[in-house]
Amino acid sequence: MTTVKLDITAEHCPMTFVKTKIQLSKLQSGDILEVLLMEGEPLQNVPKSAREQGFKVLDISHVEGQVHKVIIEK
Amino acid sequence: MEISDILTSLPVKEPKKLSIISFSGDFDKLVATFTLATGAAAIGYEVHIFFTFWGLDAIKQKQGRAFVGKGFLPKIFGFFMGGLRSAPVSRLNFLGLSPKIFRYLMRKKNVATLEELVEAAKVLEVNMYACEMAMHILGLQKSDFIHEVKDVLGVATFLEISEGGRTLFI
Repeated sequence: MTTVKLDITAEHCPMTFVKTKIQLSKLQSGDILEVLLMEGEPLQNVPKSAREQGFKVLDISHVEGQVHKVIIEK
Repeated sequence: MEISDILTSLPVKEPKKLSIISFSGDFDKLVATFTLATGAAAIGYEVHIFFTFWGLDAIKQKQGRAFVGKGFLPKIFGFFMGGLRSAPVSRLNFLGLSPKIFRYLMRKKNVATLEELVEAAKVLEVNMYACEMAMHILGLQKSDFIHEVKDVLGVATFLEISEGGRTLFI
């Protein structure tokens, strides 16, 4: 099981979703993806769409300012 | 009631599906097409883009101006239509200066450029099709397009593919 970090705080729609999805597709089942993202649209929808696609959202935590960390298990 | 009856009476959740008819070869409208397509594919939608008329310019292998097409008139026309890199914006094109400004601004503001969106669509396996009728008029062949173009279709097949989802005309 490996943990991969992905920072999409500088990205905008649709690349927030696109980069998360591409990174998730490269992982093996059971691997963890730690995503750093901004509040608003990315925070509302990146974890939601991951869950809808059958991935497990393990945790969402506030990092600093508008930055949040979402932990997704494939 | 038998268990099998209950199971068959449960509503079947249709897979989320987005189909886009990409008619315009304008830079800004292609950005809209590929933003919607990649965003939808990334959040789990099945995505289909049907390129027709000017939209076909977006999927040509030769992205600049080139004499693509069979026959004299299609070749000339193909040259003026150009490809993805020569797509004009729908308003205030300023003889092709505006697309350059847009590309510069998009890079500067860290927004995906049209070329990046097209590459993302390929990686996300967005289904791309070319319109058989428009290809016939413009003297284009499937080999003139990027190899990600899955098939050459007509109306009936597109309607079949898009059934049960949302369809947009851009």
